[in-house]
Amino acid sequence: MQLLQVEKLTKHFGGLTAVSGVDLEVERGEILGLIGPNGAGKTTLFNLISGTFAPNAGKIIFNGESIGGLKPNYICRKGLVRTFQTVKIFPEMTVFQNVLMGSLFGSEGKSWPEATGQAREILDFTGLSHLSDVPAGSLTLVNQKRVEVARALATRPQMLLLDELMAGLNPAEVAEAMELVTRIRERGITIIMIEHVMKAIMNICKRIIVLHHGKKIIEGTPEEISTNKTVIEIYLGEEEQAHAGS
Amino acid sequence: MISFINILVNGLLMGGIYAITAVGLSMQYGVARILNIAHGEFIMVAAFLTWMLHTTLGINPILCLAIVGPILFVLGYLVRHYLFKTLKEKTPSPAAFEGNSMLMAFGLLFVIQSLATYIWGKNIVGYDFMRYSVYLGEIRFAANRLVIMITAVIICFLFYLFLTKTRTGKAIRASSQDPDAAALMGVDINRMLTLCFALGALMAGFAGVLLSMEYKLDTFMGMGHTIIAIIVMVLGGLGSIPGSLVGGFILGIFYGIVSGIEPGLTEAAYYLLFMLLLLFKPSGLFGR
Amino acid sequence: MTNLSMTVKKNIPYIAISVLILALLAAVPFFSKPYTVVLLKNILMFAALTLSWALFSGPTGYISLATAAFYGVGIYTAAYLGKVLPLPVMVLCGGLASFLLALIIGAITLRLRGIYFAIFTLSSVELIKQVLHWFEITVLGTRGRPVVKISNTTVYYVVLLIVVLLMVTTYFLKRSRYGLAMSSIGSCEDAAAHIGINVTWVKVLTFALSSFFIGLTGATTATGLIYIDSHIAFDLNYSFFPTLMAIFGGIGNVFGPVIGAAVFSYLREILITRFPYAYMIIFGAVMILTILYLPNGIIGLVQTIKDKVLGGKDATASSRKVN
Ligand SMILES: Nc1ncnc2c1ncn2[C@@H]1O[C@H](COP(=O)(O)OP(=O)(O)OP(=O)(O)O)[C@@H](O)[C@H]1O
Ligand SMILES: [Mg+2]
Repeated sequence: MQLLQVEKLTKHFGGLTAVSGVDLEVERGEILGLIGPNGAGKTTLFNLISGTFAPNAGKIIFNGESIGGLKPNYICRKGLVRTFQTVKIFPEMTVFQNVLMGSLFGSEGKSWPEATGQAREILDFTGLSHLSDVPAGSLTLVNQKRVEVARALATRPQMLLLDELMAGLNPAEVAEAMELVTRIRERGITIIMIEHVMKAIMNICKRIIVLHHGKKIIEGTPEEISTNKTVIEIYLGEEEQAHAGS
Repeated sequence: MISFINILVNGLLMGGIYAITAVGLSMQYGVARILNIAHGEFIMVAAFLTWMLHTTLGINPILCLAIVGPILFVLGYLVRHYLFKTLKEKTPSPAAFEGNSMLMAFGLLFVIQSLATYIWGKNIVGYDFMRYSVYLGEIRFAANRLVIMITAVIICFLFYLFLTKTRTGKAIRASSQDPDAAALMGVDINRMLTLCFALGALMAGFAGVLLSMEYKLDTFMGMGHTIIAIIVMVLGGLGSIPGSLVGGFILGIFYGIVSGIEPGLTEAAYYLLFMLLLLFKPSGLFGR
Repeated sequence: MTNLSMTVKKNIPYIAISVLILALLAAVPFFSKPYTVVLLKNILMFAALTLSWALFSGPTGYISLATAAFYGVGIYTAAYLGKVLPLPVMVLCGGLASFLLALIIGAITLRLRGIYFAIFTLSSVELIKQVLHWFEITVLGTRGRPVVKISNTTVYYVVLLIVVLLMVTTYFLKRSRYGLAMSSIGSCEDAAAHIGINVTWVKVLTFALSSFFIGLTGATTATGLIYIDSHIAFDLNYSFFPTLMAIFGGIGNVFGPVIGAAVFSYLREILITRFPYAYMIIFGAVMILTILYLPNGIIGLVQTIKDKVLGGKDATASSRKVN
């Protein structure tokens, strides 16, 4: 059965249609890649699925239940959690407290010791134990991103949405992040990841979706995507333009 | 019919003063990100200075624009240079800066208001300037209101030209729209923000001079004008001068209508309008 | 809740000192002049308002300027119900009325963040004041009302009780799960919402709880006013003062707001009659200086000095933040 089904999802911002009639299906246990040039509507799609914004039209069905338009806290408790393109952690809290927040509030009726134990386990899993008493705001970008992922994992999700986890990381850090993503999948967590780092997405994902101007252009395996003419034109073309421009 | 036209004309006459009240605040918040709650205090100081100049030295209030305006400009410059600039250096997060600068402006409000009360006392003061009636068909109003409105519109227009046509004006707008790009192009952002705040105070100065020609003054008048300025700013959209003008005229007409129905509730209506705007159209009627 | 009992144990010296101070304060009416009782009553009143303000605005970072609205509701409750209800019931009614008003204002302002919330709450005070003023004059044909007088000593004890309740509530709330949720909103509201915290609910409820205490304080202290009208009851200074006092004292722990309130209400007592303008000038200037140079208030300063002297490693000075 599909874990997530999205039908004809649409979001307008004033005159602009950021997401336009997008259909999407995600199998339990898979890692789905989401790519597209800047401003394609990828983050907006995440915002709709995770409840940051309510969609203007369309359906979002998670685990057989319609979640379109619900507040993010309810969606999180149903087992769907996301990270942000610009890191959103609790900077004054320690790394441990950040993760504890996830385990305390991410699911109902957890006792304090249970939550603490779970937070420690997640810190281990994400390789952050040695930083657990450091204020999260003082960490480097990679580690802040890791804290955000750890906090999301601590909510015990079935599905995790990762928004540009690897942006701004150096090649070694990208490799580590890729390894982390694979291990998260091995825990049985389904993942959708937005990524501009092509190497990462081509390696990890079995299936990739390309968005352009808010529309789903094509969907396929990494090989199909990387050889597809339209994709090369719209996506890689604009990338080059951007590079030439800057 | 006459009464409707009356309301309209009176509203338009009020609109000019409302607009110029808002333009300064709109600059300060729209560009320098300082919600200057003490804006009305600047206006009050300017109004009292004009009153003093007129009653003791007999200087024509219109002339006072050229005297009081620059004084307020300097005051604004000093305030931003010594207070808000320091705060900005100490508060890196923009959101925290907005909150703290608003609180600091409250501190400023207390200081200015109390100093003014100490100097000028608690009495209501005022002077007469062109208080005779003029007629427009059947509609009668005081000549000074017409002068105030026209002067206000001219000042707003000149200020608009300054912002859109001169190098400095363009640099200010660039600093507000895309600070990083502006900095890359060699604009000294910090100086621009200070200039901008000072220009906001200059506008408050003009507003104060014009206000004193028609209204009675007391040292506690500031808050009301700050609220009007915020309403007009929100109506017209941040940092937009044409927006402030339109917003000013809309509020003027709104004033005319409400005071025609129930004068006792005019102020309440302002606050209600403002709260509704904040809730439903915080980006302004003409905002994106 | 082992966590909690541990914190309590760690803080035994502070608790002991607090209990001692409390005992002293409770004994004051027995051995001191009536004037001292009035002075302390005023200080305690501002301490109550400041603590209430900090209860909500401290952790969430939302600057509320509606304190005067809830205080005014308390005052009007006393004016209307003071004659017909016994003091404790009347005071509770004041608290509940403020609680309800806060639920309404809170529910309306949910979508507002940062300074928009601040100016909205400020306007709500003015709106209530103006409408009430108009209503009294045009509909009731009166302006203002007398308030039943109650002995200063009684009022003193009730306000003291409110302050103690507030300190205990703040202390335990901060260390509870709910308190964590509150500070996560101040830290990063979007993140808080996305990890399962019902930010709406937490904000509105805390706002209402803080207003409940403000209402209690208003209803209690109104009994010392003799006569009230909308301009006395909904005086914006009751929004500004607690905010400034809290910022000056620091909101890092429960003592900050109390210190801020004590310093300024004492200054006020000695200056307001003889040099009223000097008081407001000092007040404004100190506020500016505090925001510039003491971002964590007096408490933050003490903490910094303590850390320097002791070289303590767990510097958990929390900073003031704004959404
Ligand atoms: N809150 C918002 N209000 C108005 N417009 C928005 C908002 N969020 C996004 N947009 C607009 O919607 C479009 C899609 O933005 P989105 O952030 O989803 O793109 P993206 O694919 O994530 O791009 P990037 O790769 O740069 O992150 C853009 O044109 C953006 O300006
Ligand atoms: Mg994006």
